[in-house]
Amino acid sequence: MINLDLYAPLMLPKEELFTSGHRACQGCAEALAVRIVCKALGRNSIVAMATGCMEIVSSPLPTTAWQIPWIHVAFENAAAVASGVESGLKALMRKGRLPHKKITIAGMAGDGGTADIGLQALSGAMERGHDMIFVCYDNEAYMNTGIQRSSATPFGASTTTSPAGKVKAGQETWKKNMPEIMAAHGIPYVATACSAYPIDLYEKVKRAALVKGPAYVHCLSVCPTGWRIPSGDAIRYGRLAVETAAFPLYEVIDGKYQLTFDSPKLKPITDYFKGQGRFRHLTPEAVARIQERITRDYEKLRAKCENVNK
Amino acid sequence: MTEPSRKKIGVEVSIAVSEAVKQCDVDVVSAYPITPQTHIVEHLAELVAQGELDAEFVPVESEHSAMSVCAGSVAAGARTFTSTASQGLALMAEIVYCVSAMRLPIVMVVANRSLSSPLSIWNDHSDAMMVRDSGWIQVFVENGQESYDHIFWCFRVAEDEKSLHPVMLNMDGFILTHTIEPIEYWEDEMVKKYLPPFQPKFRLHPEHPLTMGAFGPPEIFTECKKAQDQALIATMPVIEKAWEEMEKICGRKYSAVETYRAEDAKTLLVTMGSFSETARVAIDEMRETGEEIGLVSLRLWRPFPFEKFRNAVKNAENLIVIDRAMVFGGPGGPVASEIRSALYSGKKRPRIVNFIAGLAGRDVQPDDFYQMVQHAKTKIKDGTEDEYEIYGVRE
Ligand SMILES: Cc1ncc(C[n+]2csc(CCOP(=O)(O)OP(=O)(O)O)c2C)c(N)n1
Ligand code: SF4
Ligand SMILES: [Mg+2]
Repeated sequence: MINLDLYAPLMLPKEELFTSGHRACQGCAEALAVRIVCKALGRNSIVAMATGCMEIVSSPLPTTAWQIPWIHVAFENAAAVASGVESGLKALMRKGRLPHKKITIAGMAGDGGTADIGLQALSGAMERGHDMIFVCYDNEAYMNTGIQRSSATPFGASTTTSPAGKVKAGQETWKKNMPEIMAAHGIPYVATACSAYPIDLYEKVKRAALVKGPAYVHCLSVCPTGWRIPSGDAIRYGRLAVETAAFPLYEVIDGKYQLTFDSPKLKPITDYFKGQGRFRHLTPEAVARIQERITRDYEKLRAKCENVNK
Repeated sequence: MTEPSRKKIGVEVSIAVSEAVKQCDVDVVSAYPITPQTHIVEHLAELVAQGELDAEFVPVESEHSAMSVCAGSVAAGARTFTSTASQGLALMAEIVYCVSAMRLPIVMVVANRSLSSPLSIWNDHSDAMMVRDSGWIQVFVENGQESYDHIFWCFRVAEDEKSLHPVMLNMDGFILTHTIEPIEYWEDEMVKKYLPPFQPKFRLHPEHPLTMGAFGPPEIFTECKKAQDQALIATMPVIEKAWEEMEKICGRKYSAVETYRAEDAKTLLVTMGSFSETARVAIDEMRETGEEIGLVSLRLWRPFPFEKFRNAVKNAENLIVIDRAMVFGGPGGPVASEIRSALYSGKKRPRIVNFIAGLAGRDVQPDDFYQMVQHAKTKIKDGTEDEYEIYGVRE
């Protein structure tokens, strides 16, 4: 098992479509996620990306890290731009102005560009049924602008706009359940993933690309800078997020739920919080409250899944 | 020169405009409904539904997404159309600025309408003026025929390799959009001759990967903006050529600055959009009473036709500029301010009297132009011509 863990990622395609030389922070697992997603998308793809860390680090003029066609217009409209690319190509191919060819269209955004300011455009694109994938790189805050809270920031996390102080204990709201919102659109494919599980992420994006119609992949992407952890620890924390069910991995295929990582015994949330600067201030009571909620949410999710023993 | 077709049919201008869009064989239409633009997009949806237009009609959830869809589709190489007004233009404004800088040749009809608040669905130019500096080519039309003709012109100017700019066609909401006018349609053959197929120089396609909409650090941003300004100014020959060619095809002559009975006129009215047509009627009447008056109708708003404009007013002593939008706390209406700066460095400068009229659909009839001319005379006599007047306002 240990060997597989080590070597399996080496079996991913060697070709880099999101190349090195970009300006992401050391140990950024969001950049890692983009890299793996691009490997899964392959050369015959077009990416529409929202403003955010990944856009900024990858495209300072006159350089680019993108080996596949890439467009950025603004912060909240990646899904709309992607749906426009899809519509344009569809019309051109139908009218014989471009040769028929399967081109995968992918919209990409951070949690802010997905769950907050980009939610309306994303909902519209999913509802209209464009043949496209949307990938949310969720690092649980607006990192590009300096670690401000988003609706995907977990309860209790201290950010620059939900700071922990004498009377407040960080983020006071629960993480918005974005995959569930996407599933409620009735689209054929929804999945959660994490770049700490590269093969799983790769396979899910592959499946999403094969689906006819809209597909959504929500990828937890550990940000050492914003989470206030050492830059070498992103993978470890990504795994702990999954192993504690702070971020469970699952798929919703044509409305059917299945867990893609299930543990007979979840690790306690304290394992995950330990060492993360953003949770440092939490009292044992707050931690207990969060643990209770996580356990309950995970049980609810398991109850929906068809591939687990209930 | 092609023999112009002479058949005229009575049709609502919005319908004629969408028929022109169909004749351009657009690939993607994406829009969100707002009065008074609705008839244009409804008719396009209908044409697609009936199989008369082979296009993707993308019924988005907002104008912000409409312009974003247009950005994506035109970047993919598809001929792309949208239309909006007022609040819709305000909502999409962020992306309006992006697409011109990205040199994406979208064509958009703005059915000009006032901006809230108070809410009003009626016509003025406050929406267009809000995006004056967005880097689009911006043109105003006077009547239904011009609206129809200019759809072909817009696509030709936008998509020309030497241009690659989005083009905004401003037509006065209701006054033009909802009026039934006699319109002479082009034969499809004429369109074919006039408008070459869209052959984008750059497009998003895996065969030639490229990065569009990159991030501009301070070392390069200023250069990007200078290049953008030069590129917009450099569209002027493409714009002029497109009008010249149009005359050859349909026999109608248009230009950036148009004059009417202006040669010997001491006083010139300066107007944009449907004002100009009414002003012509007023001028005919005033001429009969011996008034030495003419008209300058500004058709091209961006890039601003400095040379043509200076030339058109060079013999005039007085310009009466009639704006259809406010500039709160500013020097007067947007057109008047523009003209003042266009003429300031000249040796012989005409007097400029500025009226703001016709806000949110308030009717401006030939007699109102006459009244404004009389007010202007008084102002000049009193030496108060520098103060703009909101014409007809109840105090
Ligand atoms: C309309 C608009 N509002 C605000 C911003 C500023 N802004 C740019 S990126 C960003 C946050 C991005 O957060 P997220 O989407 O989570 O991506 P991340 O940087 O965390 O990867 C913000 C607030 C903007 N560019 N545009
Ligand atoms: S701030 Fe976080 S997400 Fe952004 S580049 Fe740095 S590590 Fe990556
Ligand atoms: Mg983020």
